[in-house]
Amino acid sequence: MSHSQAQPKARLKPGQYLILLLVALCAPLGDSCLSRGMSALPGISLTHPLVLLHAVFTPWIAGGILLLIAFFACYLTALSWADLTYVLPTTAFGYVLIALLGRFWLHEHISVWRWAGIILITLGVGFVARGPSLTEANVASATQQASEENA
Amino acid sequence: MIAPVALPNGVGFWPASAMIVTVSITSTIGEVLTAAAMKSIGDLDAIRARNGLRGAIRAVLTCPLFFAGVSFLALAFFALLFALNHLDLSLAAPASASLTLVTNAVAAKLFLHENVDRRRWVAAVLVCVGVYLIAH
Repeated sequence: MSHSQAQPKARLKPGQYLILLLVALCAPLGDSCLSRGMSALPGISLTHPLVLLHAVFTPWIAGGILLLIAFFACYLTALSWADLTYVLPTTAFGYVLIALLGRFWLHEHISVWRWAGIILITLGVGFVARGPSLTEANVASATQQASEENA
Repeated sequence: MIAPVALPNGVGFWPASAMIVTVSITSTIGEVLTAAAMKSIGDLDAIRARNGLRGAIRAVLTCPLFFAGVSFLALAFFALLFALNHLDLSLAAPASASLTLVTNAVAAKLFLHENVDRRRWVAAVLVCVGVYLIAH
């Protein structure tokens, strides 16, 4: 059927892969900063929710929040041209990048289970990346939108 | 009788599950709303090329759906902070992250009508198990 040829292919440009890489890197780095900051604080109960607000202004948590803001800007950009189910596995690929950085840069030990996790996530991301980045109906409406704007 | 699962920090199985499920549900609602908002706005790179960075930021900030999404993401964020304070990072982070991946795939198919084909289901499950293994 020539139907698939008539549809524009939802393939990504190099700059869009760069955005996805930033999505993958900023999220786990930000989360690591948050967990470091939160574990340094005493226990917080639901009866004192304002303590959570105070936590926002401690250095590690503030740094983590800045990284997560950068992540969010890239994430929103990615969602504007790709499916949610395409972008989300990318976020998980960040765990792989962080684990590999730890292994080859900080010479941390990676257990067999972690290697198994790295392989599974990489396989999963590979599966999704080989497919289209945007559902066909949305591709059609996106190109229609673009041609209306050009007209 | 089901043997109670021993958790560190004296938190029981059900409270721990409730914290993790709360994080997953709020973040799934937030992500689906945000994704719907960004799809309604259109390609941000194209908008930035036409109207500059300010135009792109204005396009996002004038979208009501975006604020609905961000509100739920903020709720999820504070729910995660709360969970991290009571549970070990090695339990709370991978459990909520991998649960969220699967609930998101279901929600994206139901509400965003994304074409979640077999390839994406397999990927969601692989990544879900992988995230748990790598972060545990």
